[in-house]
Amino acid sequence: MPIINDKVLFNHELNNNGLENALKRTPQDIILEIRESGLKGRGGAGFPTGTKWLLAMQAVSDKKFVVCNADEGEPGTFKDRVLLDEYSKFVFEGMVIAGYVIGAQLGYLYLRGEYRYLHQKLQDYLANMKKENRLGNNILGTNFSFDIEIRLGSGAYVCGEETALIESLEGHRGEARNRPPFPVNTGFMGHPTTVNNVETFADAYIIMCNGPEWFQKVGTSKSTGSKLISVSGDCKKPGVYEVPFGIKINELLTMVEAENTKAVQIGGASGLCIPKSQFDRSISFEDIPTGGSIMIFNETRDMLHILKNFMEFFVEESCGQCTPCRIGNKKLLEGVELIEAGKCSLSYSQELIEMGKTMTLASKCGLGQSSPNPFISILTHFEDEIFSQS
Amino acid sequence: MSINISKGRAPVSQQRLQVANVQSGDIGSQVEIEINGKAVHVPLGTTILDACRMNSVHIPTLCYHEDLCLAGVCRVCVVEVEGMRTLQASCTYPITSKMKIRTTSDKVRKARRDIIDLILSEHFGDCFSCHRNGNCELQSLAKEYGIDSYRFGHQTERRFEVDRSSFSVVRDMDKCVLCKRCVRTCIDLQEVGVLEATNKGYETTISTFMDKPLADVICINCGQCINRCPTAALKANDPSDEIWRAIDDPTKHVVIQTAPSPRAAIGEEFGLPPGRSMTRELNTAIKMIGFDKVFDTNFTADLTIMEEGTELLLRLKSLLVDGRTDVKLPQMTSCSPGWIKYIEHFYPNYLDYLSSCKSPQQMFGSVIKTFYAQEAGIDPKDIVTVALMPCSAKKFECNRPEMNDSGFKDVDYGLTTREMAQMIREAGLNLPELEGQGFDAPFGEASGAGLIFGATGGVMEAALRTVYELTTGREVPFKNLDILPCRGFEGVKQASVKLENLLPAWSFLEGVEVNFMIAHGTANAKKVMEALKNGELTNIHFIEVMACPGGCIGGGGQPIPTSPEIRQARANAIYQEDADLPLRKSHENEHVKYIYEKFLTDGPCGHLSHKLLHTTYTKRGKYIA
Repeated sequence: MPIINDKVLFNHELNNNGLENALKRTPQDIILEIRESGLKGRGGAGFPTGTKWLLAMQAVSDKKFVVCNADEGEPGTFKDRVLLDEYSKFVFEGMVIAGYVIGAQLGYLYLRGEYRYLHQKLQDYLANMKKENRLGNNILGTNFSFDIEIRLGSGAYVCGEETALIESLEGHRGEARNRPPFPVNTGFMGHPTTVNNVETFADAYIIMCNGPEWFQKVGTSKSTGSKLISVSGDCKKPGVYEVPFGIKINELLTMVEAENTKAVQIGGASGLCIPKSQFDRSISFEDIPTGGSIMIFNETRDMLHILKNFMEFFVEESCGQCTPCRIGNKKLLEGVELIEAGKCSLSYSQELIEMGKTMTLASKCGLGQSSPNPFISILTHFEDEIFSQS
Repeated sequence: MSINISKGRAPVSQQRLQVANVQSGDIGSQVEIEINGKAVHVPLGTTILDACRMNSVHIPTLCYHEDLCLAGVCRVCVVEVEGMRTLQASCTYPITSKMKIRTTSDKVRKARRDIIDLILSEHFGDCFSCHRNGNCELQSLAKEYGIDSYRFGHQTERRFEVDRSSFSVVRDMDKCVLCKRCVRTCIDLQEVGVLEATNKGYETTISTFMDKPLADVICINCGQCINRCPTAALKANDPSDEIWRAIDDPTKHVVIQTAPSPRAAIGEEFGLPPGRSMTRELNTAIKMIGFDKVFDTNFTADLTIMEEGTELLLRLKSLLVDGRTDVKLPQMTSCSPGWIKYIEHFYPNYLDYLSSCKSPQQMFGSVIKTFYAQEAGIDPKDIVTVALMPCSAKKFECNRPEMNDSGFKDVDYGLTTREMAQMIREAGLNLPELEGQGFDAPFGEASGAGLIFGATGGVMEAALRTVYELTTGREVPFKNLDILPCRGFEGVKQASVKLENLLPAWSFLEGVEVNFMIAHGTANAKKVMEALKNGELTNIHFIEVMACPGGCIGGGGQPIPTSPEIRQARANAIYQEDADLPLRKSHENEHVKYIYEKFLTDGPCGHLSHKLLHTTYTKRGKYIA
């Protein structure tokens, strides 16, 4: 399989001069190139990065901000850690480029509380960037000045949601805001803010290094470029991989040497549980989107137990402000417990699935809108296994 | 077009919850939208909820409240917007472009039904054992959506202890639906900030600082949260059982004073539209319930004007004649117990600016247990005094340890409008049907000046009517004595009256322009206090502050619901009653004259009135052990 050659991030042909290239261009030109590359947000939602930056650039304000979402909290995701740890340059210089494009003076790296151990290393890296004039005043001799500060999260899952992240960044309780207005208009401290995933900044950086065509060569027409995935679970070679978009689940399982696979959870706890019959589906924005988490379950695993684990997670990690998410997740967990005890009728499980669909429609933010996914997909795909136990 | 957050009253942490406004250049332009297939025009920036209401399309709400900043948390008001995958909360969604909205689709109906069922599954208890039975927004929603079973189960066990520590507010978090109206009321509307959500996920609760009892935090007892709670999670501390016991005890002489604001609002509890005063009908109901005497709080409101007006003139004299530089001006009113506790907590170094006068309620308490007891020949220990007030903070006030200048607890119980209505219902009476009757001797009818204390600006207007006339010998130069600059619901009002051609005794005030300010709601009081702190109020002489938005007519003990329109209607009722009264100036109240002749013989601010009618304050600060 030609996977090895399908890399753009971990590729030794990378020019590594993204920042220099970017500062030679106008912000408008950079946006054109980013849009041409087809880069979409790597956090999982897939909003076109060029459009986001354009909106933030067009917003009128005396202050603007760039925020890097490094609150990698989705269960099973650990690819941003690798980027931050080993490819800091990509991430930070990607942020500088974003600041240059939208006209920001300051960027924040919102670092997940559990990654505190990286804090000092990243600080040192930033200090070094300043020494080399790649950060701070008049970067590389241009008129552009930009600084980056690191802020630590406190462990709330919801703070990966961009508006909750901004709340937390401001020192408040991590709760999603009402949208609209969107952060590109009214973000950090009420100013236009672009919030992007760690990987998105790295991708923007490499597009500036080697150009949009180079980036586009990998992936599918609707999902250009590559994706970093974190593979865990029942396989011989778990870890962080760079794969081209469009890769089939089958191919992926072969790559990581997984055997007797029953199901793959794609997109973390809030993602979809894909059964064996659908392993020919592909990872891409047009089929199964993911922020990077791939969990592999083999024949020995109990799907109900897995589901219970996910639902316990959401009951605790909902921010608790909106009704569907706060109470809905609890009801879904109670449903799982009823099934476990053999006390859940098929009609009630159906009723819960319907209620779960309401959650996906009516919750305030992405957390509640996606948390019923495992309940719905596991109960739908593994109905026989789950109800035969009880 | 860019979107900005409107500047609300809220501290920064809550401002973002305001609905987005379009930039000023765009305000006023109209946008065409489609609601359920019908094309309509609405101003740019209108929320979907407002747009629907303007066009008579009903959308159910729970966390939304007209007085408060937006939350968008209950999700009951969701609607479908064409082209969007998810449903949108109509209360927070600003219309900034053409859109097609559906409020009745199957998706919307099913989602609302699911959400209501979810809320009900976590809502402890039963409607028939709940004091909000019949006036509960959750109950109404359940009825609207035809809920006939608990689809997702029902909370049958208590998870929280009821917090009865406060004299004023009782918190029952098992009834809480986490709409956060109380949080927004406290932090945004009143800028006090006692309540906030703690924990996350399913464990989320509304809590005080460190989950301390309400009595141990900086709650000012205004009860505005009670008025805005959709369920029974917040209520006033109800003393009616003890009052019934006193009434039923033949050895007790039970006396009640009624304030003007409850009289202007209690009709709402009996199905009348807001704005009809029930003063005389209420007297009849009170007597039928079994109270021995009913007095008008306006009597001591008039007395307050005499005392507080004199105090102001004395302060002005010390400054202008005696040249004393330590005189604290502006003098601030002290009738509102919520405001008193607010300033004690938030501005403890500014207590000297407060008038030392007790509130009318407490003045009456000490007058009843001294002067009245003497006149009526009743041992004050057998007298039980009840005060019908629009207020939850009055319950705290009457329990202040210093409020026993009569030698007894001056006021035994503070009763809210809602609790009075409950007692009337329990007595089997229908208030609007009753024949009216007057107040009892020896205090009888009071002046319209005391009456308008109920609306923001009323104390100022009443005081000016008296101060102006006492110093000039002429009536205030306003048509029909209506000092219009004092009226209206603007947050902070400022005006002045020039004192000219004065009586000889007051000639030192000749030509003085008396500058006064009026603030209602503690958020506005905060603005005034910050200005005072920054030395911006050196030319101001007198400031009226009421803790509640709208003044007492919007008090925390008033009928639920409340809204700007309802408060306006109540204020109108009070001003109308004032206009209809023959007696409209405090100093012309014969009973006031009588009490100064017979009892408080050394006059306003004299020795005895200082003992009985004045008080002191406590430096509380914000840090409580």
